[in-house]
Amino acid sequence: MAAALQQLAAYTGRRSAWLGWLPPLTLLVFLGPIAAGLLGTVLPAFGYLPALGGERLSLEPWHQLASAPGLGRALRATLISGFLSTVLALALTVLVFAAGHGTLALGRVKRAMTPLLAVPHLATAVGLAFLIAPSGWLARLAAPWAGWRTPPDVAVVQDSLGLALALGLILKETPFLVLMTFGALGQARADDHLRLARTLGYGPVQAWLKIVLPLVYAQIRLPVYAVLAYSLSVVDMAIVLGPTTPPPLAPLVLRWFNDSDLSMRFQAAAGACLQLVLVALAIGLWRIAESVFGWLARPWLCGGGRGGSGFLPGVAAWIGLALLFGLSLGSLLGLATWSLAGRWRFPERWPEQLSAEPWLEHAGRLLGPAWTTLVAGAISALVALALVTGCLENESRRQRPPGLGALTLLYLPLLAPQIGFLFGVQVLLVWARLDGSWLGLIWSHLLFVLPYVFLALADPYRSLDPRYARSALALGKPPWLVWTRIKLVMLLRPLLVALAVGFAVSVAQYLPTLFAGGGRFATLTTEALGLSAGGDRRVVGQLALMLAALPLLGFGIALAVPAWRFRRRRAMRAGG
Amino acid sequence: MLRALFALAFCALAAGPAAADSWTDTLTEARGQTIYWNAWGGDEQINAYIAWVGQQVQARFGIQLNHVKLTDTAEAVARVVAEKAAGRTEGGSIDLIWLNGENFAALKSQNLLYGPFVRRLPNFGYVDVTGKPTTVVDFTIPTDGLEAPWGMAQFVFLYDTASVAEPPRSIQALLEWAKAHPGRFTYPAPPDFIGSTFLKHVLLELAADPKVLQEPADKADFAAVTAPLWHWLEAIRPNLWRKGAIFPASGPALHQLLDDGEVDFSMAFNPAEASNLIQAGHLPASVRTFILKAGTIGNTHFVAIPFNAAHKPAAMVVADFLMSPEAQAHKQDPRVWGDGTVLDLKALDPADRARFEALPQGVATLPPDQLVPVRPEPHPSWMPEIEAEWLRRFSS
Repeated sequence: MAAALQQLAAYTGRRSAWLGWLPPLTLLVFLGPIAAGLLGTVLPAFGYLPALGGERLSLEPWHQLASAPGLGRALRATLISGFLSTVLALALTVLVFAAGHGTLALGRVKRAMTPLLAVPHLATAVGLAFLIAPSGWLARLAAPWAGWRTPPDVAVVQDSLGLALALGLILKETPFLVLMTFGALGQARADDHLRLARTLGYGPVQAWLKIVLPLVYAQIRLPVYAVLAYSLSVVDMAIVLGPTTPPPLAPLVLRWFNDSDLSMRFQAAAGACLQLVLVALAIGLWRIAESVFGWLARPWLCGGGRGGSGFLPGVAAWIGLALLFGLSLGSLLGLATWSLAGRWRFPERWPEQLSAEPWLEHAGRLLGPAWTTLVAGAISALVALALVTGCLENESRRQRPPGLGALTLLYLPLLAPQIGFLFGVQVLLVWARLDGSWLGLIWSHLLFVLPYVFLALADPYRSLDPRYARSALALGKPPWLVWTRIKLVMLLRPLLVALAVGFAVSVAQYLPTLFAGGGRFATLTTEALGLSAGGDRRVVGQLALMLAALPLLGFGIALAVPAWRFRRRRAMRAGG
Repeated sequence: MLRALFALAFCALAAGPAAADSWTDTLTEARGQTIYWNAWGGDEQINAYIAWVGQQVQARFGIQLNHVKLTDTAEAVARVVAEKAAGRTEGGSIDLIWLNGENFAALKSQNLLYGPFVRRLPNFGYVDVTGKPTTVVDFTIPTDGLEAPWGMAQFVFLYDTASVAEPPRSIQALLEWAKAHPGRFTYPAPPDFIGSTFLKHVLLELAADPKVLQEPADKADFAAVTAPLWHWLEAIRPNLWRKGAIFPASGPALHQLLDDGEVDFSMAFNPAEASNLIQAGHLPASVRTFILKAGTIGNTHFVAIPFNAAHKPAAMVVADFLMSPEAQAHKQDPRVWGDGTVLDLKALDPADRARFEALPQGVATLPPDQLVPVRPEPHPSWMPEIEAEWLRRFSS
């Protein structure tokens, strides 16, 4: 008994020696490179890069940048696609919850959104292009009525304003915001507030907008900023759906980095800094708009209007959702059909034949990248899970909740544009001779995998009832056994889901693979992107389909294993 | 350093009798090495051929070949330059680059290539350096043994006979055609090499004196020489596909537009490419090729080894295998790639010559006597400035 009490004291009172090292190590692993990366981007932007002869600080790169051809139009496309997609994705999210809160249908929407979230942006982009291009599936379906013998000469994809890019982003960011909002509802005690509002006579939609939204929005503010930052700096989706002459800012900067004229790297670094500033300003602007919006809405919020049954918002929400699911599923179906297609010319609606032959023909072409993707994803997700679990366990033993600062730090790689610091990371890796190595590749993936794994695991881990562990300790189990045999087993489902999230994030990485991989690592993402412009649509379809399938498979396993493991324990199946 | 230079000079002088022995040494050193070949990866047929080369060199020489697929060869040039800048003078990340023209000129002028090594390769003896002078002079720049010839290319235009009865066979006629058929013609955005080569054809045909293009650009009045090019491009712009607001990214992207029926023409740097694509079901059977009355540009493409390559012996063995009659004949097979050989067929022994003579002629491939005249490439210094000017005019 005395020994058990000692262990209990040791467990809660002091930090375990090696666990205590984990939080600083984790921060070092992923904040170190980002800090170095930012420095390695900012210095060249002011002319300092001794390896290329830049030994004095100057504003010359910024003059170069200002006179770069196409910069104005690139910025226009960036801002339009970034803001439009964020505003519309948020609006659809709010509409769906306002119209559907508490209904059974909303639960189904949640279950249907989860797989959409798992599909990498690039796969959605390629599929959407197959669907909406002038020679795409929708135009083929419309051709007999419209009388099109040849595809209409309209820039539907790669339009100069970036509208197609905005549409693609909406398809991907809405599921993210919807699922984040679900998570926030519990913390905002939405059900209680709604019940109160309804008893006061508020209609369902108005009740949600007036009572729940202000509470929930405070919770999903960081995810919304992440969506805005991502949409303003996306590269892979922009290369497929965005304009090309010139492309939006982030792909344009990437083009400059890859120029064989190395003096362009100074201009590229300045462009990367501009991207950072742009995102920071956009978030600041959004923050101000929040306040203005809140101030303007105050009379409406407090005016006491009860609102009706909310029929129209309901219809709008379902139309929006139908479009979202229709386009998302149509994209995947388009990928699948092209991957099996024989000859398929415009305006035929259906390929002349469908067979497995295109898959067999290109099998050798697909297996290598698929393997690289799988290995990089599995290792980076496992490493991230180990680090995150260790940090969370350390936190629970010290019984100290993390400050807001730690969370914001964690969001940093999600808020800072990748192009803004990956060049610096590359310089760091080259210096450490880690570029083009597995270690470098996995490290660079870890920068983005780690925060997502943390976000996925932190809530379930922190909300596990501490009395289980305390009872076990009191019964004399040593802490490490309590951890591995009780806590981790009880958390199997969230652990596997976090692993699947990490895997999905790694699978989708384009710029980190490009910059850290030294061109030596061909993943499904890099291959699909390389061929997306003009490559054989069968191969592109196959690559993108596999790109979508791998994360879905990961989530499938993450849900199936606990279901099987706990098949005789009803309470475990329900929880987690 | 000085000693190394002497050693190098000595090796070059002694290359004659010692060559066989040193080549055996090279083969021995190459065995077991893994090399990274940076090569444009935008064409599935070429990728498949490179994969075949990988299998062959693995089986024959024990070399593991990895194809690093580039979207633009300039990326590889940038990487070598960056490694040099970072002080990595050995153990570089690229062992072999597929290149020619501007990229070769850029690397050669900055002494970033290993060699001369080409004369040490046994199969170089079969290369037709007199009949095909571009195998040793790349875009007016002497190769000096720093790059091994791999294939012969000639620019052709593709058109669909189902929609175009008589294709325009001059740059001026093309403009007239586009004005009469708005939205049915476009070209890939430079600096894609098909797009850039199209601009060269416009310039070669319209320039007051095309000979100045054989000299470095800084010796001429750039604005005056290129003025007709810009005038023509601005004139055709409103009549282009998507009114010239968007351009396809590459040659294959343009083929896709032709197949989709969005445009009536495409372009290729390989006379057999149209036949291959018809065969593979990627273009309609009614597609044929043509060249301009004044001829189209022909050139050679090469492989080179960066100065800091980590596995030079294996890179040389692969470069040599690429020039072997077997690999060259397989490459020229229109069912594989259809890329022209750099070899002198008369120099081959009868069995090897028979490999080439047995190859079928594709349905859309012009016979050699219709692929004349062949125009030379301009000096490589012209294109970077033309590409930059194109970007200024067409993307802002």
